[in-house]
Amino acid sequence: MAIRINGAEVQAPGDARVSLLDFLREHLHLTGTKVGCNQGACGACTVIIDGERVLSCLTLAAQADGRSVTTIEGLSADGALNPLQVAFIEHDGFQCGYCTPGQICAATAMLQEIERGMPSYVTADLAAERATLTAQEIRERMSGNLCRCGAHNGIVEAIMQVATERAA
Amino acid sequence: MTRVQNVVVESVKTVLGWVPAQWLPGGTPDPLIGRSAAIGRQASRLDGPQKVSGQARFAAEVPMEGLSYAAFVHSPVTRARIARLETQAAEAAPGVILVMTHRNMPRISPLALISITDLSAVGNSSLPILQDENVRYNGQVVAVVVAETQEQADHAAALIEIDYDTVPAKTHFEDAKARARTPASVLIDKNHVTVGNAERELTQAAHRVDAVYRTPGHNHNAIELHAVTVAWQDGSLIVHDATQMIAPSAGALAKVFGLKKEQVRVLSPFVGGGFGGKGLWDHQILAIAAARLTGRPLRLMLSREGVYRIIGGRTPTEQRVAIGANTEGRFTALVHTGYSIMLPYGACPEQYTSSARALYSAKSVEIVQHHVDLDIVPNTYMRAPGESVGTFALESAVDELAHQMGIDPIELRRRNEPERHPISGAPFSQRALITAYAEGARRFGWEHRSAEPGTRRDGEWRIGMGCATGSFPYARMPSTNVRITLKRDGSAIVACSAQEMGMGTSTVQVQHAADRLGLPVDMITFEMGDSSLPASAMAGGSSQTASIAGAILAATDKLTGELLRLAGNDSPVAGLRTGDVRLTDQGVASLEEPWRHESYRSILDRAQRDEVSITAAGSAPLEMLKFAMNSSSAVFCELRVSDVTGEVRIDRLLGSFDCGTILNPKTAASQFKGGMIMGIGLALTEETLFDERSGRIMNATLADYHVPSHLDVPDIEVIWTGIPDPRSPLGARGIGEIGITGVAAAIANAVFNATGKRIRELPITLDKLL
Amino acid sequence: MIPLAYHRASSADEAIHLAGAPGARLLGGGTNLIDLMRKGVEQVSDLVDVTALSSSIEESDDGGLMIGAAARNSAVAAHPLVRSRYPLLSRAILAGASAQIRNMATVGGNLMQRTRCVYFNDAAGSRCNKRAPGSGCDARGGFNRYHAILGASPHCVATNPSDMSVALAALDARIHVSSASGTRIIALGDFHRLPGERPDIETVLEPSEIITAIEIPPSAVAANSTYRKVRDRASYAFALVSVAAGLTLRDGVVEDVRIGFGGVAPKPWRALRAEAALRGQPATESAFMAAAATELADAVPLSGNGFKIDLAQRTLAAVLTELSGDRR
Repeated sequence: MAIRINGAEVQAPGDARVSLLDFLREHLHLTGTKVGCNQGACGACTVIIDGERVLSCLTLAAQADGRSVTTIEGLSADGALNPLQVAFIEHDGFQCGYCTPGQICAATAMLQEIERGMPSYVTADLAAERATLTAQEIRERMSGNLCRCGAHNGIVEAIMQVATERAA
Repeated sequence: MTRVQNVVVESVKTVLGWVPAQWLPGGTPDPLIGRSAAIGRQASRLDGPQKVSGQARFAAEVPMEGLSYAAFVHSPVTRARIARLETQAAEAAPGVILVMTHRNMPRISPLALISITDLSAVGNSSLPILQDENVRYNGQVVAVVVAETQEQADHAAALIEIDYDTVPAKTHFEDAKARARTPASVLIDKNHVTVGNAERELTQAAHRVDAVYRTPGHNHNAIELHAVTVAWQDGSLIVHDATQMIAPSAGALAKVFGLKKEQVRVLSPFVGGGFGGKGLWDHQILAIAAARLTGRPLRLMLSREGVYRIIGGRTPTEQRVAIGANTEGRFTALVHTGYSIMLPYGACPEQYTSSARALYSAKSVEIVQHHVDLDIVPNTYMRAPGESVGTFALESAVDELAHQMGIDPIELRRRNEPERHPISGAPFSQRALITAYAEGARRFGWEHRSAEPGTRRDGEWRIGMGCATGSFPYARMPSTNVRITLKRDGSAIVACSAQEMGMGTSTVQVQHAADRLGLPVDMITFEMGDSSLPASAMAGGSSQTASIAGAILAATDKLTGELLRLAGNDSPVAGLRTGDVRLTDQGVASLEEPWRHESYRSILDRAQRDEVSITAAGSAPLEMLKFAMNSSSAVFCELRVSDVTGEVRIDRLLGSFDCGTILNPKTAASQFKGGMIMGIGLALTEETLFDERSGRIMNATLADYHVPSHLDVPDIEVIWTGIPDPRSPLGARGIGEIGITGVAAAIANAVFNATGKRIRELPITLDKLL
Repeated sequence: MIPLAYHRASSADEAIHLAGAPGARLLGGGTNLIDLMRKGVEQVSDLVDVTALSSSIEESDDGGLMIGAAARNSAVAAHPLVRSRYPLLSRAILAGASAQIRNMATVGGNLMQRTRCVYFNDAAGSRCNKRAPGSGCDARGGFNRYHAILGASPHCVATNPSDMSVALAALDARIHVSSASGTRIIALGDFHRLPGERPDIETVLEPSEIITAIEIPPSAVAANSTYRKVRDRASYAFALVSVAAGLTLRDGVVEDVRIGFGGVAPKPWRALRAEAALRGQPATESAFMAAAATELADAVPLSGNGFKIDLAQRTLAAVLTELSGDRR
């Protein structure tokens, strides 16, 4: 088996202790995925595995064997920024830029979750097939990604813009 | 600072009082004020594409051949002597290259503490670093393991066995107050200020409030962990660091390791958040020492817990604020005193009385700070040290007085607005707080506030509004240098060692240089983040923008002279002197006769030069001493408090700022909002849990220390007066820290308005409102 | 972390066999276990990944629900049957942790997650009877805001942090477990132990047993149900107090009611006393408050969590009032 990372297959590391996060950063030099706490409390290490956003710090690389991992490096094909990345720049959805890859990976998967009908804690009507995308919905769904510079407003605006454009 | 420094600063201020303003830097307003093109534009961050694509490279991400990894062992006890230290199992563990303890750590020179007078003194702690068997605070590093992989280093670190002979430690704030010290000065201010007899005035005042306010310890919690990647190469040292003090760190590290300044290069092009926490601490020095012993490049990233253990945060404070007022609401007495931690081996005095010195005119004043000494990791500067927590106390008290008197709190502030600096008597360079209040109140809809607490409701939620003043002094650092290189193709490179932690420094300085040099922004490159570039000061005190701007201004003057010299006698600008011309339209032009203009390209062509390069330092920042230069803000908050659970939810937050010229509205608004969001955390959720029984921080995780999450942050509105400061470069004052100030008080005041409950101890957790 | 072997079990039998090795532990999403291994709280030499075992969510023959232990938390919360028939369970899961963690965590793992007591988590510097039996409890005189007011013992005052389990307790869920010697079903209320003198033993699960499924019986009362979580941060924080409740009324009188409390006890706390006090009573706020007071009559506050007694009562009364809604 192998881990598929941004489309390329790589062998899992020999040391089973190696987290997916360290595997990406130290073994593969894919340093776009960030380390904020290494304990599942900040979301900076968010990557997408088989379409779902997860924390790479609490995932052993071995657990990703046979699965498909997308990192921030895999979101902008051939160096062209995707609409969400462009919107983050336009709305100044970051300052230092450190939590940003995690925010963007999380937002990417989150928009798909909403399309699939995933509710959130602030969704008023659980029976509704699909939650109405409000700023409050985005905030709750993005709360697993901490930002210390305080770019929250810009992040929510950027996500809202992309979601609105897609719906149009 | 010492009493001697007090005398020096005071006498400089006195002398400057006699010097005509135009003799001083900033005496003549910067000519760019009012004729800018790029400045003031909404510009997106130049480093945006790198940051959103994961390409921006941070300190722990620099690849190196033969890299090794380090892990720390922290002391779990507070004061002790190491009685037994067993490292054999660790040394024998797979992949281990080195175990470094006090036994084999190289002897190093002590680190000089951060000081106002020596800019290469940037230490946060003067304690010995792994130089002896003594433990002086809980969490101190007692061993370093270096291995081939991080996993091996972490595992081996757990194999080290240490027995400690513990001795009693000072860990109780309340007990330590009895032995508090009263320093002569707090930063550059004289500590103890007495005007009249405030205590007597207080007893005789028609109205008075007198209360004690408490704020807990805080940690910066930048999302990027502190990290270094270091390499020794032929006796020279390369340090890829996450630091907000690049050049000063390089200088300090050279001293610590006995090297020449040129032998140390510190690089830090991107810093994943600083907020005062990314300075020079033990970890860089330990990593460098370990790499010297192994002869291998080394990467060290602190664990999140490690950051709490060895990087100090903000001290807790206990502040008394008392205000007396006459029947017209004029302050007859203003008292602001208190206690905070300041260690003999630490550097940050947390100047929480700073705002009380600058904001109000009062007939009598009593201000003094007392320093408490504990056995802990030294507290340090954290976003708006002093003002962040000081304004909570002061501005809560003003609100309490307004309520007691039945006066609108904005009106009460208006009645006590000073005409000159209340303590020094110096003229304000520019101050429009009352305008900021008026515009903020209108925009916010302050008139909809009910003066009577507890009268607005929405279901289970009580609704309230509050406001408070924020405040932060202007600063410009001496010894900030830049190099401007003008190329023959008409492009320019501006370079200095400055740091980027998210402030948007390069974006704004490119805008600045474009206007200063008369070039389009896309012809300017800004290089920074490397100590091999002309040295700039640390990023602190919201000073970086003004400091670099001042240096660019100085370098431009020198560059203009050089261009005129190169232009020679065959130029349209021949015969003109520096003061007769300005740089505009990609060249030099006469001020009097603007048609006399020659382009840079033409001048360099004729002089057969590929480039002209000038390095200059900004002028001494004497304007800070001559004038009272203070930014201020009016912060408005509307929130809900659950009648059922006591939970607080912020619905609206507005900041109305008076900070001089706003250079880039987009990045400035982000800076203001970022500070205000940290203010939400300060008000509602943040607290470092220091267990006084053990001297140990117990919530050393981002799960247990609650920085605001997305759902805690409402849409925030930010406006500004935009009135230029005639005494500062570009008319700008710093904006990085003022955002956090005033917010906690605005929230506490809104909580009072919603519930009738006055909370004087942060954070305002739900149990206090049940 | 100590050196480690990773195995992926393809069947329950294989998992049972592998997990029998000394130092072996089952691995679900790893959101708790990996963190504890890194902190040195857990010493594990063999990880047995059980996420390939059953993760199906299906209606059972009696109209209830059968959830494979490997089902991800987010999958359960999003399942149409859970949302329509057991909204309290959906909401409880959605109140927990973050979207990323809910995508990783399994329901079996969620049942097994350990306390977030800061002294338990501090292997290097604190005493904890749960982590190191007999070493003492630093939480009792320390930071115990998040700690128990019900069901604690002199040896341990830690709370169970699971949101999901609170809803499952209110729903009378049953846990299916397997071992080499067979299978058995454990009522959720019996699954977690109170600490007593052995806070290190948190569940009745034997070391040789693994959780294979969670069964939720059909529940009319669950159709009108919700979960409210009270915490220090608006999102992504553990509960100070949480309430899972379902309520049916007839003519303004409580016909049936189910109540679970989170954040107040070492286990998900089924409020049987409050339920008994309410059945047949008029659905009024005062009746709700009185029932809540009955449940909390034996509450014992610690130095830093006395407010929880009041908070738990108010929150329960508010939740039941909300559920009474226009059905009153």
